[in-house]
Amino acid sequence: MQPSSPDVRPREGDPSSGPGGRRRRRLSLSARETLWAYLFLLLPLAFYGFLRIYPAVQSFNLSLHRWHVDPAKRVFLGLTYYRELVADPKLHRALLNTLYYAAIIVPAQLVLGLGIAVMLNAVRRLRPIFRAIYFSPYVTPAAAVAWVWGWMYSVNFGLFNNAIVAWDNFVTHLGLPWIQVPTLAFLSDPRQALPAVAVVVVWQQLGFQVVIFLAGLQGIPRMFYDAASIDGANSLQRFRFITLPLLNPVMVFSVVISTIATLQLFDQVVNINFTDQGGPLNATLSIAVYMYQLAFARFQIGYASAVTVLLFVLILIVTLAQLRLLQRRVEY
Amino acid sequence: MVELEPYSETRPRPNAGTVVAYVLLAVGSVAMFFPFVWMLFSAFKPLQEIFRMNVLPHHWTLASFRQVLFNTAFPRWFLNSLVVAGISTVSVLFFCSLVGYTLTRLRFPGRDIIFLVILSTLMVPTEMLVIPWYVMSTQYHWVNTYWGLAFPGLIPAFGVFLMRQFFLTLPRDLFDAGRVDGVSEFGLFWRIGLPLVRPGLAALGIFNFVGNWNAFLWPLIIAKSASMRTVPVGVALFSGEASTQWNLIMAASAMAIVPVLLVFFIFQRQIIEGVALTGVKG
Repeated sequence: MQPSSPDVRPREGDPSSGPGGRRRRRLSLSARETLWAYLFLLLPLAFYGFLRIYPAVQSFNLSLHRWHVDPAKRVFLGLTYYRELVADPKLHRALLNTLYYAAIIVPAQLVLGLGIAVMLNAVRRLRPIFRAIYFSPYVTPAAAVAWVWGWMYSVNFGLFNNAIVAWDNFVTHLGLPWIQVPTLAFLSDPRQALPAVAVVVVWQQLGFQVVIFLAGLQGIPRMFYDAASIDGANSLQRFRFITLPLLNPVMVFSVVISTIATLQLFDQVVNINFTDQGGPLNATLSIAVYMYQLAFARFQIGYASAVTVLLFVLILIVTLAQLRLLQRRVEY
Repeated sequence: MVELEPYSETRPRPNAGTVVAYVLLAVGSVAMFFPFVWMLFSAFKPLQEIFRMNVLPHHWTLASFRQVLFNTAFPRWFLNSLVVAGISTVSVLFFCSLVGYTLTRLRFPGRDIIFLVILSTLMVPTEMLVIPWYVMSTQYHWVNTYWGLAFPGLIPAFGVFLMRQFFLTLPRDLFDAGRVDGVSEFGLFWRIGLPLVRPGLAALGIFNFVGNWNAFLWPLIIAKSASMRTVPVGVALFSGEASTQWNLIMAASAMAIVPVLLVFFIFQRQIIEGVALTGVKG
């Protein structure tokens, strides 16, 4: 590791330094630090190079070639797969579904997350318990979550339809049959399936948003609120003119995180309908589920790689938009 | 988390708004927690009771648990999950803090570039990596191995970023003093640096354990044989095969959730601080 040349070897019987002591001192301090730094970074750099950067580049590469197990036999196709992407109705479906998912999940998480955080901030007793309850779905495996919800959505035996039936019986007894509610098909109906899955995602991810907003709220100095109170602002005005503007960066972060998570939606979709993933009739298909089917059920490695490159570009756009938005900080 | 005393806490008595907040939070809590409660109690129900609306079982039985534990590979999946989450957590704690330390406390050419490169890998989604990872794994025979299951999460860039933030808060004099006293470079990291970033390590370790315990996409791809599945994958495939045996699925889900919920309730503070650190403090 250290350069050894014969002339720096310690003289025999030199009492002032142990073996190698002189040699170490000859090396300048900064060179020593550099050597140690690269020694410490040796394995991590190998990890990032070989298991992160190389595979990312390889994805681009695979998307330009017809797949073959032997790398020498992969035929270069150029942008053929990308042209197919543009014309692929199933991909269009997955993209539209993702937009639809985002239209439900992102606003719901923003409003509910902020609302719950503000309420948690207002209560003192029981706060740790409430916080734990709201956060617990987030640490639960998505698979387990999906099974319970799938069961609650079950058409004939599920909790929701049982509740609807109970309500209908109740109002019939009262002689008010016109406020009966029809039972719902939920996951078996192509029109209801996606919102039903979106509800599960919101339920599961909400705790994360609440914690992010709580941290943001606690970062707002109290003096702003005190000053506003002295000026006669009521609690609604304080929320509108202090909390909201000062939480702007946190809200941008929240929206970006839930948008990116929606783009990568996979676990819940696959698990809630394991025998017909993305179904019924591709009604819940997400980009990641489509990629998984292409690569690991149909072994269209090249085309699936092109889909992941598209996903990467979408995430990059969202991330860059976040950076742009965050530069416009609110000054007080 | 820095307690800056939010404004509402200083008010002497609860006003109408606070009461409304309590009521709404309580209602919300029921909605958030009910699926867990229902799942747990259903696992104790006999099959014929499973679709009835009663929350508590009329006849309590351990039959579902017994069947999952003795007639399926569930115990093996549980062990696999523990091994994978354990390996990756040890690796994450050691390497993320070592890299974080090196990038803040040592001066060397290329330091900023290395940090930027590591940080930029955060933008690459897992979905983009799984196909090349799988191609590599078949080539190097990593399929159906613990290494194959664990390697993607060994040194996450987020962990490096988090630990770097923690090391940045330590005064440089501390390490200079250690150096003068003849502490080795590794000793400076191991004996002086690490003990001072313990809160960061706790947050990172727990967060990472839970994340790995719940990981689904990659284990689904890499675990081809039934004996190498992790809990989420094992039970997902099991639910695909046994779609009518809801009592078994509920018992398996309950057992899959218990470890993470336990970890969460014990280390709640650290996990929540970890989440808060991911975004807001940046």
